Amino acid sequence: LPRFTVFCRKSSNMASIYRLLNRKILQQLVQSVYKNGYRSTVCSSHLAAQQQRRSCSTASGSIHPLPLTMLSEEETMMKDMVRKFGEEKVAPLVSSMDEAGIMDDGILQALFDNGLMSIETTPEYGGSGFTFFASILAIEELARFCPSVSVLCDLQNTLLNTIFTRLGTEQQKQKYLPKLAAEYTGSFCLSEAESGSDAFALRTTAIKQPDGTYLMNGTKMWISSASHSGVFLVMANVDPTKGYKGITCFIVDAGTPGLTVGKKENKLGLRASSTCEVNFDNVKVDASGVLGEVGKGYKYAIEMLNEGRIGIGAQMVGLSQGCLDATVPYLHQRRQFQQPLYGFQAVQHAVANMAMEIEAARLLVYNSARLQQARQP
Amino acid sequence: MSLKVLVGCKRVIDYAVKIRVRPDKLGVVTEGVKHSMNPFDEIAVEEAIRLREAKKAKEVVVVSCGIAQAKETLRTALAMGADRAILVELSPKEYEIMTPAHVSKILAAVAKMEGSDLIILGKQAIDDDCNATAQMTAAHLDWPQATSASKVEVTDAGLTVTREVDGGLEVITTQLPAVVSADLRLNEPRYATLPNIMKAKKKKMTTLSLSDVGVELKEHQTVVSVEEPPVRSAGIKVKDVDSLIAALKQAGRI
Repeated sequence: LPRFTVFCRKSSNMASIYRLLNRKILQQLVQSVYKNGYRSTVCSSHLAAQQQRRSCSTASGSIHPLPLTMLSEEETMMKDMVRKFGEEKVAPLVSSMDEAGIMDDGILQALFDNGLMSIETTPEYGGSGFTFFASILAIEELARFCPSVSVLCDLQNTLLNTIFTRLGTEQQKQKYLPKLAAEYTGSFCLSEAESGSDAFALRTTAIKQPDGTYLMNGTKMWISSASHSGVFLVMANVDPTKGYKGITCFIVDAGTPGLTVGKKENKLGLRASSTCEVNFDNVKVDASGVLGEVGKGYKYAIEMLNEGRIGIGAQMVGLSQGCLDATVPYLHQRRQFQQPLYGFQAVQHAVANMAMEIEAARLLVYNSARLQQARQP
Repeated sequence: MSLKVLVGCKRVIDYAVKIRVRPDKLGVVTEGVKHSMNPFDEIAVEEAIRLREAKKAKEVVVVSCGIAQAKETLRTALAMGADRAILVELSPKEYEIMTPAHVSKILAAVAKMEGSDLIILGKQAIDDDCNATAQMTAAHLDWPQATSASKVEVTDAGLTVTREVDGGLEVITTQLPAVVSADLRLNEPRYATLPNIMKAKKKKMTTLSLSDVGVELKEHQTVVSVEEPPVRSAGIKVKDVDSLIAALKQAGRI
C-alpha cells in the first residue's frame, strides 16, 4: 500500500488534509494504472501485505476473495512436503513411539532440518519467514500421522517462537530464536498442581534479590516437551501480594542449577509427547531473563495461548482426518453379512457425517487462522 | 571439474493416484487429478544437487517440456535446490502428441543453448514408461550415454557409472559431455525444506517456445485406443501334481 508523509501548515484543518491525501492517492493510482495496468493496480491495492493470492480479479476488475481451502503455491509445496515426510518417516514409527512413550530422535531432528520448527521466524533468526496459516497447515498435516509430533511442532511454532518474536529484546531474540529453529524445543511452564484453568492462582515465585537477580521456587506440572527442551518459559509471581498482577514471564535455560525435570507422565494418549513435572529449587534468574515486562505475565499468557488454540484446532482436524482416512479402506475390506461394511447405508451415513463435520471444523480453523493473520478478532 | 548440469523433469500423474481411462478411450483422466514430478526425475535432480554440493558441478539447471502447469514441477525442483529452471511450453494439443522423439530434440537444443556438460534424466516416466528419452537425446547430441545408473562418479577422465542391467551390475566409463539416466537406487531424494521452498520463489524461471529451441512438433504416432487391463479371473485349484499336469495340457500350455 502506498505510504504518504503529509506536511501541512498548522492552520490546515482535517478537511483540507483529506483533500490533499485524496489527491495524492489519486495521483499514485493513476500512475500505477499507467505503468502496470488497471487490474494489477486494483489487485495490489486491495491485497493485505501478509496474504498472497488471497483474491483474484474478474473481467470487470472487481475483486473476489478466494476459497478458504485454496492455497498459494508455497503453501501447497509445504503441505506436500509435510505429507510426504509424514507418510515416509513418521507413519512407520507411530506405533513404536506410542508404545515406548518416546519421541524418536530422528524425527525430532528431521523437523528441525526441514524448517518445520521455525515456520514463521524471520530468516535473520534462522527461520523461513512464512505465515501463521502455513504453521496451521503443517500442524494439521502432521497430525494426520501422529498427534504427538504435531503438538510438538505446534507448541514450538505458535507458542514458543511467537512469544520470543513478539516480546523478546533484540538480545533475547538473537540468543534463542536461532536455537529454537535448529537445535532444541522450548517448554512453556504455566500449569501447576493447584492451578490449571485457574492459571492465575499459580504459586511459583520469583522474588527479587538485593543483587537484582530473581530467586525462583516452585513446581510446574504437565509441561510438554520438558524432557528434551533447551529453554523454559516460566510464569512465576514476583510479588504474591499483588495477586495475578505480579505474574512475570522468565526465560530459564535447561541445566540451570536448581531446575530439575521430573519423571514423564504415563499418559493414555499423546504418549510420544513428553509431559513432565518441572521443579525450581532456588533457581537464580538474571534480570535479563525477564521476557517482556514485569507483572504483565498474565496478559502475555492469555494472548499467546489464544493463538495456540487455533493450532490445537488444526491438530484435531488433522487427527480426525487421519482416522477417517485409515477407517474407510477398512470399511471396504471388512465383510459381514455377505457384504463389505461400506455397503450398508447406515455406515455410509456415518462416514458422510464424519467427513462433513471434519470439513466444517477445518473451515473454522482455517478462517480463524486467516483472521488472526489479518489481525481481526 | 565444474560441470554445468542439465536435468530433465516431467510433470506426471502422481504415483499414488488411481488411474481411470477416459470415456473416449483415447487416454487417461488428467483433469483435476493430482500431478507431481516423475519419481525418477526427482532422483535425477537429487543427484545433480549432490554433484554441486560435492563441488563437481557449478550449476544445476532444470528443464521441462510441457504445458504451463509444469511450472509447479519446476518450482519443486528449485525448492529441492536447483539453481535455475526452464520451461519449454507446449499447448495442450501439442502436449498430447509429444513423444520421446520430440523431447530428446528439445533437450538437445536446450543443452546446446546452455552449454551443458552433463545431462541427467530419469530413466523413464511413470506415465508412458518409454525409457527412450535419454538414449535419443544422446544420439541427437552425439554424446556417450550411461542409462539405468545406480551410481555416478565424476573422475578426471569423465564419468564412471554403475548401471543396473538384467544380468546384474555393469560398470562403464565415459567421457564428458554425456547423458545419464537415473535408476531407482541411485539415491534417495531429499525433502524440499521450508527455507528452500521460500527461496524457490526468487529463483529464475524462463519460458521458451518451440520456435525458441528450433524444434517442430510433427505427429509421429496416433493413439488408437486405451483400455483398462483385463480383470483378473479367478484361478483354478487342483488337488495334486497329476491334475496340475492334466490341466496344463488341457490349456495347451505344455
